[in-house]
Amino acid sequence: MKPSNKKYARYLLEQLHQEIDRPLTVMEVCGTHTVAIAKSGIRELLPEKMQLLSGPGCPVCVTDDCDLDYVMALVRQEGIILATFGDMMRVPGTKSSLLQEKSKGADVRVVYSPADALQLAVENKGSQVVFLGIGFETTTPVVAAALEQAIQMGLKNFSVFSLHKLVPPIMRVLLDDPQVKIDAFLNPGHVCAILGTEPFQFIAREYGKPCVVAGFETTDILEALLLIVRQYREQCLAVDIQYKRVVRPEGNPVAVGFIEKYFSPMTARWRGIGEVPGSGLELREEFAQYDARRRFPITVEPGQSRKGCACGEVLKGIKLPYDCPLFGKACTPAKPVGPCMVSTEGSCAAYFRYGRKKAGANH
Amino acid sequence: MKYAEDDLIILGHGSGGTLTNQLIKDVFQQAYGNPVLDELLDAAVLEVGEGRIAFSTDSFVVDPIFFPGGDIGTLAVSGTVNDLAVSGAKPLYLSAGFIIEEGLPIRDLRRIVQSIQDTAQAAGVQVVTGDTKVVDRGSADKIFINTAGIGLIPAGRHLSPRLMEPGDVVLVSGTMGDHGLTILAQREGLAFSTPVESDCAPVNRITKAVMEAGGDGVRCMRDPTRGGLATTLNELAMQSERGVLLSEEEIPFLREVVGACEMLGLDPLYLANEGKVIAVVAPQVADQVLEAMRALPEGRGAVRIGEVIAEEEGLVLLETELGATRILGMLEGEPLPRIC
Repeated sequence: MKPSNKKYARYLLEQLHQEIDRPLTVMEVCGTHTVAIAKSGIRELLPEKMQLLSGPGCPVCVTDDCDLDYVMALVRQEGIILATFGDMMRVPGTKSSLLQEKSKGADVRVVYSPADALQLAVENKGSQVVFLGIGFETTTPVVAAALEQAIQMGLKNFSVFSLHKLVPPIMRVLLDDPQVKIDAFLNPGHVCAILGTEPFQFIAREYGKPCVVAGFETTDILEALLLIVRQYREQCLAVDIQYKRVVRPEGNPVAVGFIEKYFSPMTARWRGIGEVPGSGLELREEFAQYDARRRFPITVEPGQSRKGCACGEVLKGIKLPYDCPLFGKACTPAKPVGPCMVSTEGSCAAYFRYGRKKAGANH
Repeated sequence: MKYAEDDLIILGHGSGGTLTNQLIKDVFQQAYGNPVLDELLDAAVLEVGEGRIAFSTDSFVVDPIFFPGGDIGTLAVSGTVNDLAVSGAKPLYLSAGFIIEEGLPIRDLRRIVQSIQDTAQAAGVQVVTGDTKVVDRGSADKIFINTAGIGLIPAGRHLSPRLMEPGDVVLVSGTMGDHGLTILAQREGLAFSTPVESDCAPVNRITKAVMEAGGDGVRCMRDPTRGGLATTLNELAMQSERGVLLSEEEIPFLREVVGACEMLGLDPLYLANEGKVIAVVAPQVADQVLEAMRALPEGRGAVRIGEVIAEEEGLVLLETELGATRILGMLEGEPLPRIC
């Protein structure tokens, strides 16, 4: 951090302490925010009146067991190459993870972009390359662009297993849940760079809660929190953008166009939360041949959920990771029980890696 | 016999017969022959002075075998030399064992063997015994190298994490994460506008300078290889049963490494280094040790990054730039890139 930024961060913290006039619980709905907050140690320096909660902002963490088990069953089939982002490798389904499947002989490749998966399809004409599409509105346009390229190239051995999800519908679920107590949202900067602010207006209009689109530097987050405090003081509760250097109110219509061209909303299962209508994305009917679920239909028996794992309540902000009976004991990043402990951006992993001191002295 | 530009390693090169002998003579001895090795006996017979012997071994399977800043040969010598050096020893002799995949171009082997010689010379050690095996295509990935080495620890010198006391100072000899990031970037074909190079190099000049300047005030040294600074310091904290408190803003990184890590979702504190030293020294000698490290080109970037504390035994704490304190844990599994 530059000395000038550090000075500014200290100033913002001071202002927060001076200006906060009521208890406020703020939820961040983005894994990158969760990690940035934990790494910088902001939580420890905030006024006591302000509580930060981590929401369902990590795409890996919200993936349901049924979907994971489907993927494990798929990679066990002959002739399948599964291309995935690295985060998914260690995520446990009910019985195994991709890492375990790989050690048993499944062909699983870690890629850095969907374009790498296309390249795999070009180089392995005799195999079916399935790209595991996961992520929120930020990642989906890139996957859509890869699909477009695959169609142009006439690739017959490439398909996408869509686990893509949408942020606004799940925020509504949280707001409708009487157990969830949130006064304001720190909105995900990159998702809003794509969607703009319109899809989030309902939060202020219907629920009377502010949300501020924040960047990922320490000073961005502190600035956004200060904006929330000020909105409450002035009782002018709205959707505001702190991350103005990247996010425009209208978002990125080209990227949204790409998503809409190839994907349509569907009911998706969220880990620990359940089915949420219109919260997932599947490939449109006309691109069915590129849809791995349609191409390789497998019936997956619902597995047994893990006893004691509080991922669902953690994702909704009802419980803190420390409150889960498995946290740091049966469930650690080295031997994760739930996905929240696996992904670098998962809230449990972030609390375990960066916040154990505050949890008590048992580690 | 002169090998042609495009000659390849074949199984016969590992047979123990004529081809093996030619390979030894024309590739290995040509690069790093010395009176002990040239005897070509079953074992090297060595003169060792007074003191205790440090003995270490390490295997190298890096992929890719050539990377910016070095190759598997540079690494094979540095790795073992550095393990000896941070133990307080003066590295003396190395063995080098090769497992080569059939089909490796002999020019690649020559290049690697030349790096071994160059690095050994820089470190002042001799390769005195070796072995070569060739395996079927697919049974190894191009070339694996094992090196073992011995060094001499002078009488009276004792380094151990158990000597660490609250108030001791933690020093590093330069920027963190360069090697790990270089290898990851090469492996994944990531191109950066400003290329980063591996730091792989012998550190025995640094460790010598540390011990000369710090004397009995030097508690212990480590080379933060796999798992990076964070993991190595965690090991020290556990072995010493002390806490270590680091100051985030003092830890040196190249800007390119920080930028690339942000992009890939990696933490440079967990990336490997192959030419850096961590030294824990008594506060009274810290300044002179730092000065001695900085006097060497490979220690130019040496800085103080933290201290040993009595509380939080077995843990490494990081004071963030904002002044908050958090735990710095060990590496779990391989660092994998993130999703978004």
